[in-house]
Amino acid sequence: MTGLFTLTSAEREARLLPELAALTEHHRRSCAPYRRILDAIGAAPPWDRVAGLPWLPVRLFKTHELKSIPDAEVFRVLTSSGTSGGGRSRIHLDRAAAAAQPRMLAATLRQVLGPERLPMLIVDTRSVVTDPALSARGAGVLGMMNLGRAHTFALDERGAPDPEAVKGFLAAHGGRPFLIFGFTFMAWLHLYAPAREHGLDLSNGVLIHSGGWKKLADRAVNPAEFRAKFAADTGLRRIHDFYGMVEQIGTIFLEGPDGCGLYCPDFADVVIREPETWREAPVGTPGVIEVVSTLPTSYPGHVLLTEDLGIVHGIDDGAWPGKRFSVLGRLPRAEARGCGDTYQEAA
Amino acid sequence: MAHLDRIRAVFRSSLNLAPDAEVDGLAYRAIPQWDSLAHMTLVAALEDEFDIMIDTDDVLDLSSFDKAVALLEKHGVVTAG
Repeated sequence: MTGLFTLTSAEREARLLPELAALTEHHRRSCAPYRRILDAIGAAPPWDRVAGLPWLPVRLFKTHELKSIPDAEVFRVLTSSGTSGGGRSRIHLDRAAAAAQPRMLAATLRQVLGPERLPMLIVDTRSVVTDPALSARGAGVLGMMNLGRAHTFALDERGAPDPEAVKGFLAAHGGRPFLIFGFTFMAWLHLYAPAREHGLDLSNGVLIHSGGWKKLADRAVNPAEFRAKFAADTGLRRIHDFYGMVEQIGTIFLEGPDGCGLYCPDFADVVIREPETWREAPVGTPGVIEVVSTLPTSYPGHVLLTEDLGIVHGIDDGAWPGKRFSVLGRLPRAEARGCGDTYQEAA
Repeated sequence: MAHLDRIRAVFRSSLNLAPDAEVDGLAYRAIPQWDSLAHMTLVAALEDEFDIMIDTDDVLDLSSFDKAVALLEKHGVVTAG
């Protein structure tokens, strides 16, 4: 199978516009609250560009049941961790959507992992996946485990680093490419630090991490330093951050090999919007991140305005084609609430 | 039949079922023992038992005993019929 990071910005626009426009009409027909929102804001075709499609604020999935399938076809309901802003998003998947999302996640990561299921070091504790009340973090780990084999947890059952387990894993698998997965702050606190202390060689590893930098801000670790320190002290150079959310499950935006930004898989894109005008921000100007993806077929999540700030660094100028962007952090609460209220009245 | 018995044995041991448990009709998540984590154990046990490598799409597709049999047929270690 060929990769999923192939389309230039113009090719992507040409491919995504008709698919996303069709999804907009599909969800308008199938989801009454979504239809009321589109009617209230006067959103109607023709759509001439992806950035012109009507977006939903992501928090509406916390306050409204937004699904485009009958109750009888609901196969799984995913919930967000609910760590900020109160409430949890509820995302309804039918059987087809539930089957598609892990496949597309795997196909996206194949770009950096290759076709095989690699031996997998998980920077977490086994109890995160065995706890009957599975957390969002646990669900994330479980989802990623499909992509690996010989799963080994780098933390013991109490959540303390287990360097002996990591040494055992490296003795068995460290001579060939292996997958490391963990949340960003876990990778820094519970893999980097012990690896440096014990002189572990992670040079054949491919680290896939996510979760953001907020928890590391007080430790003064930024993405560049994270990469530089891992490379210098553990030999780990293949490092890929990713950005994604439960409201667009299966779609992730993946950091390129040189660390110079996140890239969109061919079935997705981002639009950065100026919060004053909601117009698309020019390259290099920060704004609110809108994420678009053709995956959401069972709920109207194909064009979502997030509550994150981001910036596009360049277009078709990086390691992979398309937009190259970064996530800068959370939007200040007031702006997000103002926007959400507008839609709430309509819905 | 010998191959089918080996697959059945792998299912019973991976999913912590009784040695005489009926497994031919089993489906993923249809019994509490076959959850996401046990699925990893099952995949690894099938790989070890039949000396094959199962790719991610097939891991995701392996949603029943019948699918496991079909997958092993694809790998040429079980003959159909």
